[in-house]
Amino acid sequence: MTTPIAFTVNGRAVDLAVDDDAMPLLYALRNDLDLHGPRFGCGLGQCGACTVHVDGKAVRSCITPLTSVRGKSITTLEGLAADGSLHPLQKAFIEEQAVQCGYCINGMIMQAADFLRSNPHPDEDQIREALANNICRCGTHTRIIAAVKRAGQA
Amino acid sequence: MTVTKATTPATTATSRAALAGGSPKHDARRRDFLSAGGALVVTFALDPTALRAAGPATTAGPAPAAGAAAGSQPPKTVALDRVDGFIAIDEAGKVTVYSGKVDLGTGVRTALTQIAAEELCVPLASVEVIQGDTLLTPDQGVTFGSLSIQVGGMQIRQAAATAREALLGQAAARLGVERATLKVADGVVVPAAGGAGGGAGGAATGAGTQLQGVSYADLIGGKRLELAVDAKAPLKPPAEYTIVGQSVARLDIPDKVTGRFTYMHDFKLDGMLHARVVRPPAMKAKLVSFNDWECNKLPGYIGVVRKGDFLAVLARSEWGAIRAARALEAKWTAWSGLPEQAKLWSWVRTVKVNKAERFQDVGDPAQALAAAGARTFSASYDFPVQTHGSLGPSCAVAAYEDGKLTCWTASQATHLLRKQLANMLSMKVEDIHCIYLEGSGCYGRNGHEDAAADAALISKEVGLPVRVQWMRDDEHGWDPKGPPTLLDHKGALDDKGGLTAWQSEVFIPDRPKEIAVTLVAADLAALPKEEAHPGNIHASLAIPYAVPNIRCSANWLAETPFRPSWIRTPGRMQNTFANESFLDELAEAAGVDPIEFRLRNLNDPRGRELLERLAKLANWAPRAGTRESGDVMRGRGVSYTKYELVRTYVGMVADVEVNRSSGEVKVTRCYVAHDCGQIINPDGLRNQIEGNVVQTVGRTLFEEIMFDRSTVTSRDWESYRTIRFPEVPAIAIDLIDRPGEKPWGAGEPTAAVVPSAIANAVFDATGIRLRSVPFTPQKVLEAVKAI
Repeated sequence: MTTPIAFTVNGRAVDLAVDDDAMPLLYALRNDLDLHGPRFGCGLGQCGACTVHVDGKAVRSCITPLTSVRGKSITTLEGLAADGSLHPLQKAFIEEQAVQCGYCINGMIMQAADFLRSNPHPDEDQIREALANNICRCGTHTRIIAAVKRAGQA
Repeated sequence: MTVTKATTPATTATSRAALAGGSPKHDARRRDFLSAGGALVVTFALDPTALRAAGPATTAGPAPAAGAAAGSQPPKTVALDRVDGFIAIDEAGKVTVYSGKVDLGTGVRTALTQIAAEELCVPLASVEVIQGDTLLTPDQGVTFGSLSIQVGGMQIRQAAATAREALLGQAAARLGVERATLKVADGVVVPAAGGAGGGAGGAATGAGTQLQGVSYADLIGGKRLELAVDAKAPLKPPAEYTIVGQSVARLDIPDKVTGRFTYMHDFKLDGMLHARVVRPPAMKAKLVSFNDWECNKLPGYIGVVRKGDFLAVLARSEWGAIRAARALEAKWTAWSGLPEQAKLWSWVRTVKVNKAERFQDVGDPAQALAAAGARTFSASYDFPVQTHGSLGPSCAVAAYEDGKLTCWTASQATHLLRKQLANMLSMKVEDIHCIYLEGSGCYGRNGHEDAAADAALISKEVGLPVRVQWMRDDEHGWDPKGPPTLLDHKGALDDKGGLTAWQSEVFIPDRPKEIAVTLVAADLAALPKEEAHPGNIHASLAIPYAVPNIRCSANWLAETPFRPSWIRTPGRMQNTFANESFLDELAEAAGVDPIEFRLRNLNDPRGRELLERLAKLANWAPRAGTRESGDVMRGRGVSYTKYELVRTYVGMVADVEVNRSSGEVKVTRCYVAHDCGQIINPDGLRNQIEGNVVQTVGRTLFEEIMFDRSTVTSRDWESYRTIRFPEVPAIAIDLIDRPGEKPWGAGEPTAAVVPSAIANAVFDATGIRLRSVPFTPQKVLEAVKAI
């Protein structure tokens, strides 16, 4: 028994059939659609590595049932760049060399992109608060803060 | 190994029906728990050939046959003493470097590219680095111990220098000129003084025309550099460096910020099955029986692989495997052999000492401690069990076919893993091929090798490619742990405040001869296995100070609660925490400023320079005035080490705020002075130092594995707390570059000085000595009450 789900990913219409209504969006994105921006980190919504945008809002795809995004518009890290040019955050992360292993970076960029829409020019404390629930294990935090700040000044 | 397929015909029939989309037939016997005898039980639904594609063709990453003999050529050498072990140059002049050391998220691939490009005198963009492929890359040892540049990079540098010199010689012969008149620029051998630059591919022309260059591609392109590495091949003078010493942007970052990068977790094979391992709820519980009836109702469920206490479910889809793991019913024996956590340190003192070993022995500290007029001090320090906590739980893919195993892994030690897999599976080492793919940040021997062993064991049993992805719960619960570490220190001051005696003892788990960590799968399945080695955790117990009487010894313990391994700065962090905290206590007792006290006992000019530069960077001044009386008390502390007493110098000043009411310690600012000799990539080095500081502030303030008598109970990021953005300090760094010196490691040393700098700052702020990591609010509040 499968349930059809239609939604949009990075501007493209997608039709999937899911055999379990509880399956999280993350597995559809990574395995069915081969998108590797969103990453599996905890499956508990605690670390943020799986973050994507659903109708423009940052959500944790590892705890978002696929059935809940029916008819919605998903953006992943792969879809963040518009018209072939990198998103200001992607540029800023390169400029600040704000990556170590990079496993958390999807979440950092996707969370920050949502945050910058509501607060385009944040100060450092606001950035720290905005990313307080995103975990980086390598300790890249100071560079990530600098990158978000740089993107906010762009 | 005997494989007993499907315990009952009904099993197969049921599962086939499920796979075909039909309703599972109810069979009374399926309701019974499958008997858990000693033999391997594989309840496998499919004819393995049905799912197998035309061989395990890759959909991403390198092909499994990469590096195997192409045509009639024998396989590429991976010998450490051969230039072609490390370097190949193709017809287009592209250079491939084969590195046994791998990038664990540190940026070392970029640094190794710089080293090779510099020494070969080719553009950075023409160098590609292949990492950790057992058929292609020399076994340069485990990627640990801050040795990737210091050892791995220098092996590559020497091979590159040998290649360059040989190619210069060839060019001289071909051009008919003296070799001394030639140099290499951008991969082309050209006249050293003036003359034509020569375009790539240009060859010498006849006499009478201006001498053109000859390119590496023309000289060797496509042929192997069949040369022994010449240990005496002259290295390029650092004054001529144009690539080494530059903050070259990391090569992997553009792909990592756009989702194009292929991590281990992204790797797929056609026909690959997904597995999840179902682990005992108590660490050493035995599997009594299991029942996969509920699993059979799940679409895409394939079956169970069981051997001994190793139990895994297989499904066509990843989510299917997760559901099956949750649906599987298993009965386990009870086990509660862990010590009581609240009494861990007294338990450690009761463990049998296999042997005591001295690591520093100067003068007679016992006599100095007993000397008339000596003021003696003692203190004990402890450091908790911690997890690597990689952000991405461990993952691996294995494909067993026709007696050969290929394993894609994020292991820091593919060559070692290959040997361990061979041992576990009773296979020949040469029948196993391990290929490195970068995983989530790796800070030591974490779960990567265990996931690889899970996948290999399952794949060998079912004869199909298998992907194993650990869940968060597996990672926190089952990765090997940094062992609990206890230290006792004693010291003596003379009547002038001079440090006359130093004695330390550390209590750490004993180490087997071989540096390897037991594979969980081998342990659970009762297959051949290695003992667990905790890493060289006695290192940095010895002190870098010129004290007249010193005795530092390790008590190697017969037992430790968890499978131990090395986690970033293993032992060096724990030992330096105790050493530099105790030194601070002695400085305070002597009434001497802590930096001044260190300088008084330090003869090493490089160390003294570092401390002086650190004092300047931090604008250090001896404490004046009394401690603050308000809720928030501020202070600063210092710490210093020469890593393992033989390499990188590092010192740190930490500024902290301690909240008297809440007990919270906040590290507001850290200053680091760092001297690792020649710097390959200054920004990459800063990134590593920053990471060391931030991660270790978290380890010092928050991180501790919690456990009951049966197992680890802190299995997620709520119960195992690490640092978060609001708690991250500002960091100032002074890099001391010494281009003429050897490059030393930087992946770990800074972490060594962080816990003690914080502890000493807390003392400076409050008068409280925190001797037990992590510095939780509860411990601070208890200490505040006691004063």
